[in-house]
Amino acid sequence: MYVSPIREPLVTGKKTYKKITDEISAPIEGKPGKAWYAGITLTVSALLLGLAMMGYTIWEGIGTWGLNKTIGWGWGITNFVWWVGIGHAGTFISAILLLFRQKWRTSINRSAEAMTLFAVLCAGLFPLIHMGRPLLGFFVFPYPNTRELWVNFNSPLLWDVFAISTYFTVSLLFWYVGLIPDIGTIRDRMKSKFKKWIYGLLSFGWTGSAKHWQRHESISLILAGLAAPLVLSVHSIVSTDFATSVIPGWHTTIFPPYFVAGAIFSGFAMVLTLLIITRKVLHLENYITIGHIESMNKIIIATGSIVGIAYITELFIAWYSGVEYEQYAFLNRATGPYWWAYWIMMTCNVISPQLLWFKKLRRNLVFTFILSIFINIGMWFERFVIIVTSLHRDYLPSSWSMYEPTMVEVGIFIGTLGLFFTCFLLFIRVFPVIAIAEVKSVLKSSGDQKKDKSEKH
Amino acid sequence: MKKYWKSLTELKNGENSVPDQPMPKGNLEQILDIFDKNENDSKSNRRDFLKLCGFSLAISTVVASCENSVQKAIPYLIKPEEITPGKANYYASSFAKGSDYCSVLIKTREGRPIKIEGNDLSSVTNGGTSSRVQASVLDLYDTSRYKHAKKGNQKLSWEELDKTIKEELTRLKNANEPVVLLTSSIYSPSTERIIQKFIVQYPNVKWVQYDSQSATALIEANQMCFGKAGIADYRFDYADKIVSFDADFLGTWLMPVEHIRQYTKKRKLSDGNTSMSHHTQVESRLSLTGSNADKRIPVKPSEQKFLIAQLYNEILKLAGKETYSLPASNTDIQEIAKDLWAHKGKSLVISGSNDAYVQVVVNAINFELENYGSTLRVDKQLHTSKAIASEMDQVLADMKSGKLKGIISYGVNPVFDYPKGKEFADAVKKVAFSVAMDEVPNETTALMSFVAPDNHFLESWNDFEPKTNRYSLMQPGIRPLFDTRQFQSSLLSWMGEDVNYLTFIKNHWEKNMYPMQTAYPNFTTFWKHTLQQGVFEPSIKSVFDTRFNFAGISNVVNQFSKPNDSKGVELQLYESIAIGDGRMANNPWLQEMPDPVTKICWDNYLCVSPKQAEEMMLETGDVVDLNSKLKLPVYILPGQAYNTVSIAKGYGRQLCGVVGKNVGVNVNALLASNDDFLGDVKLSKTGEKYDLAMTQTHHSMEGRAIVREAGLEEYKKNPSAGNESHHAYENANIYEKPKFPNHHWGLVVDLNSCVGCGACSIACQSENNVPVVGKKEVIRAHEMSWIRIDRYFSGDEINPDVSFQPVMCQHCDNAPCENVCPVAATNHSSEGLNQMAYNRCIGTRYCGNNCPYKVRRFNWFDYTKADSIPNNLHDVAEMTIDLKRMVLNPDVTVRAKGVIEKCSLCVQRIQEGKLNAKIEGRKVKDGEIKTACEQACPSGAIIFGDLNDKESKLVKETSSKRNYHLLEEIHTLPSVSYLTKIRNKKMNHS
Repeated sequence: MYVSPIREPLVTGKKTYKKITDEISAPIEGKPGKAWYAGITLTVSALLLGLAMMGYTIWEGIGTWGLNKTIGWGWGITNFVWWVGIGHAGTFISAILLLFRQKWRTSINRSAEAMTLFAVLCAGLFPLIHMGRPLLGFFVFPYPNTRELWVNFNSPLLWDVFAISTYFTVSLLFWYVGLIPDIGTIRDRMKSKFKKWIYGLLSFGWTGSAKHWQRHESISLILAGLAAPLVLSVHSIVSTDFATSVIPGWHTTIFPPYFVAGAIFSGFAMVLTLLIITRKVLHLENYITIGHIESMNKIIIATGSIVGIAYITELFIAWYSGVEYEQYAFLNRATGPYWWAYWIMMTCNVISPQLLWFKKLRRNLVFTFILSIFINIGMWFERFVIIVTSLHRDYLPSSWSMYEPTMVEVGIFIGTLGLFFTCFLLFIRVFPVIAIAEVKSVLKSSGDQKKDKSEKH
Repeated sequence: MKKYWKSLTELKNGENSVPDQPMPKGNLEQILDIFDKNENDSKSNRRDFLKLCGFSLAISTVVASCENSVQKAIPYLIKPEEITPGKANYYASSFAKGSDYCSVLIKTREGRPIKIEGNDLSSVTNGGTSSRVQASVLDLYDTSRYKHAKKGNQKLSWEELDKTIKEELTRLKNANEPVVLLTSSIYSPSTERIIQKFIVQYPNVKWVQYDSQSATALIEANQMCFGKAGIADYRFDYADKIVSFDADFLGTWLMPVEHIRQYTKKRKLSDGNTSMSHHTQVESRLSLTGSNADKRIPVKPSEQKFLIAQLYNEILKLAGKETYSLPASNTDIQEIAKDLWAHKGKSLVISGSNDAYVQVVVNAINFELENYGSTLRVDKQLHTSKAIASEMDQVLADMKSGKLKGIISYGVNPVFDYPKGKEFADAVKKVAFSVAMDEVPNETTALMSFVAPDNHFLESWNDFEPKTNRYSLMQPGIRPLFDTRQFQSSLLSWMGEDVNYLTFIKNHWEKNMYPMQTAYPNFTTFWKHTLQQGVFEPSIKSVFDTRFNFAGISNVVNQFSKPNDSKGVELQLYESIAIGDGRMANNPWLQEMPDPVTKICWDNYLCVSPKQAEEMMLETGDVVDLNSKLKLPVYILPGQAYNTVSIAKGYGRQLCGVVGKNVGVNVNALLASNDDFLGDVKLSKTGEKYDLAMTQTHHSMEGRAIVREAGLEEYKKNPSAGNESHHAYENANIYEKPKFPNHHWGLVVDLNSCVGCGACSIACQSENNVPVVGKKEVIRAHEMSWIRIDRYFSGDEINPDVSFQPVMCQHCDNAPCENVCPVAATNHSSEGLNQMAYNRCIGTRYCGNNCPYKVRRFNWFDYTKADSIPNNLHDVAEMTIDLKRMVLNPDVTVRAKGVIEKCSLCVQRIQEGKLNAKIEGRKVKDGEIKTACEQACPSGAIIFGDLNDKESKLVKETSSKRNYHLLEEIHTLPSVSYLTKIRNKKMNHS
């Protein structure tokens, strides 16, 4: 296959198929290092803290959070939207980039998809524990029951239930289906009988026959087709939690596309944060190259700019609408008691990604890493700004109030970070972080040996 | 032949061992086969599996749609007379605590009082109530109440107590040692008679009345001016022009419930009536009354005398009489005088001063204005405050000198509320014989050697004459909960009279009140009827020639003729509207009721003017040191006159139940009883901070049309003044506008009548089992009130306009809360109510977020013990103990932790009204159903009704041009609406 010489090689280091298998399987076969143990101790402690705080919340009541009569949602829903957003990069990479035949996705799709799953897990916790009566959370499922009651299909929260559960299911299937050939590879390489048996079960009897490959390819394509609209729908639906309401600052028709762009934006930031560390720690620099990072940075600048335009559009519409409540809501965002949150959001999400127009910065690992952290923070604040600053001063000034999180809410957020990273640390120990089979499929066309050859011609 | 075998079994057992054909199975068994491990034998296949699925789906659907079994309540074995489970009984009675009086109905359910309602038949209180009256039912179930008679800390039986006290009294009588009977004002004719008889029996006993908020000045001034001691009967409903010098007559002065009714009667506007009274308030603290005034003049308390003298002089000038030589009055006083003169005979000037001479001048003004006989009269009197302050000083002096050998106290707490309380405490300890007759322990009773506990008023019989010839009866709603006895019965018993108090009252009424009427042929029917009505108001014509006859007036005026030039800060004490003098401080409903003006609860605090705060660099919540005596948190009160500060009395109770103990600071000692203020107060900032529990922290409407208002002149020209902009669309929804074919319940609030007193909020709390959350939770904005009164300041902060707006669930027909609930826990009834199914609610709080009126309340913790998780109760006020739970309204669900709640428009009352109508086979009558807030409102500002009933009072009001819906531009289509506020002044619209 002809590849333009200006395209960078996607796999460097003159890899052979064997080398690829050996290198990517290494973390699974070897013993974990001290850093991994230190990491998992930290993340499990965070997780335990979060669990304790969740238990405390359920026992004592939501009163342990900083919410009040005016502000019914705070950190909880901020975290929910933030985590859901982060999940979007995985699906975007594996589904949409697959459909667009972007080969560079092969090195990052596995870990991005895993990240999606873990992020959705974290996100899913919040709608449950933010309920006043989480033990009755099953009321949101429409099933025939003795109470002769049905759910309210008008409610965006119910749409969320379906959106998030569908998203999680499809993402899990997609990720797992993609894993099957690699699990087969691992199974074959495992020396311990027990591990062989386990991987054997997990591989669903994968033999690598042509029939298997053919089926694998078609199911991947079908799932990609299913997942692609989900990338757009899930965060659109999440945004309707706000957009369908009457609260100034929430009641905004721009929300669905703006939320989707924001989600991909934050998702890629999180992928970068994770992969920059992972490639270093697991020595995967030849697979996740600077070129990959630059590609992701390009997506960041595109989505970041969409988000920036959305912010400005919101301000414009507030002015243009002539609605005093709307105008006040946006004035209050920028200059009210939570001005600092708004300007953190603006700086991190709109101003800082613009630096990526410089190629040098796009290809600078340290800069990218810091920027990705900035974007993670900025996108968290975006949700905080939308939720808290809109609620705390709405229509009747008599009810205006302030919100401050308690240690319980902070603890739960730390807990979800713990859950996310614990899952990720376990993931890199049991499954290949990079899709072995898929990388091999691009080696011939986009590996550096092929590039060298073409240059010689 | 060679044996061929297929299996070992066959080989061993021969040919017959071939397993039998399995028994044919039934359909269900076949289906269940799929669970059988022996797959070969199983006849089940995919079809059967699907059958099973279908079968279980069908079964579960059938089972799910079955109704639950009906649970039956156990009926009474022997049904008590009058009591039908599930039906409320009402008994007419009277509320009386110290000088607070109200004619009421006691609502009892299954024999226990659960709610107090106003009695419409009383011409004194007119069916109105106050927050304290509404809250008084909770005091019945107060855990801190005395449960039996006591000597020191020892329990005593009543027989023992009676014996000892009789012996003591006889001994003191024989030795002719003086004993004082110290009571609050007694305006019960029968009680007065008993006390007189008691004094006849024990001539050494001297009866002294003591009021924490004394009206001595009014009583004495009338004596001086007209030769008739007592408080005049004020008629605000006859006054077109009201001038009040620091008298908070809508809040705490004399009889606020009566005054509010009279005052608002003159301020109700309709298409037929476009005139309203004009009210000027001259005061230093922004009181509730000042908040409602059309014109408010902030002055220092020390200036009052001078201004009143000046006003008198101006009136004299207008009357063409000889004037005094006073410095020229400012334009305000001149204007007031002109205005008053123009409304001669229809005006009223009052003063809240404790200085009898000030009251003399005020009387002189009213006399010159020919107001006597119309807006006030001295022949008819208010009897609820009778105490003369100097008598109490004499008691203290006698106690200190050791002259007094015995003291019997009833209904008073001088150790707490008397300015010389500390001295009183020291002195009372020295008195050998002391008996306290209160229902709850307080700072005074704790020092007494005997306690003969009184009943709660809901357990008592009594009669009252709050105003001349306005009688009312008090009847119990329940037998005494504890081993207590009425004060009057105790006196009777110590006199050796073998008659119970009820019989005594009856006898007294037969002799004295029965002859006043001619309608009833015999006493029994008269008594029964009066008891049922609660009031007896004979019309007795009296002719009284009010002649102002005080020679010393010129001396007084000359004495007042110098403007006070004190530069220092002046301190004023006032009674808070919720807590009053502190005797109800243990009532959590009252503690949690925000002050109408400052919106602070659970504390007293020093109100400081904005200018002073700026000078001293103070912020609300800063702690200041006052005269190096007290440390007090500061609240910056717009409208507080510069260089004045004020603080509420009644707080800082040391000896009461857990609720009121150590809430705020006791400031009674700062001011002598007949002083109006304390001059030259030194304030200094300490740098400490203090958290005040405020239910509203933002005080400006931000230019939004939330309270729509207009000036009277504009209104006369255009009835829809201030209410011009309306939402243009009948239906802007994608759904069809809902239709309500039968009833469509609605509510209208007249912002011109509402004075902001807060009685509605306590009535709602009592009716709807609204939990108490405590100070810390209020600070966290977790209060649960279903109806709140928003208070906004507008104009400049030196002297702002104030608006009050009661806000409850607006029952939107296009409710933003309803479509966002994922589980449909909140939905719309076919009668236009926005209703909550508490046990369906999972607590996502989405409805609360999406409510533009922010009226939804979330149960942040387990406040009510209705939660199934143990050890997580948040109950600061003992509201969940069995005794206090007796106050719960059984018609209203007690909400559990984690659910949203809100105003239901008293759906339980609606249901009751509908049922009654159905039983009688008729339609619901207009006015038959009243919500708790409407029932409690002393000003009649809230009207509930059926929007479909075109003849209803509600529809008459809502079709007024003043009618508007709150935030109608967001198309929530509320069923609650408001009538614009009209101020009797020129409004400057920007």
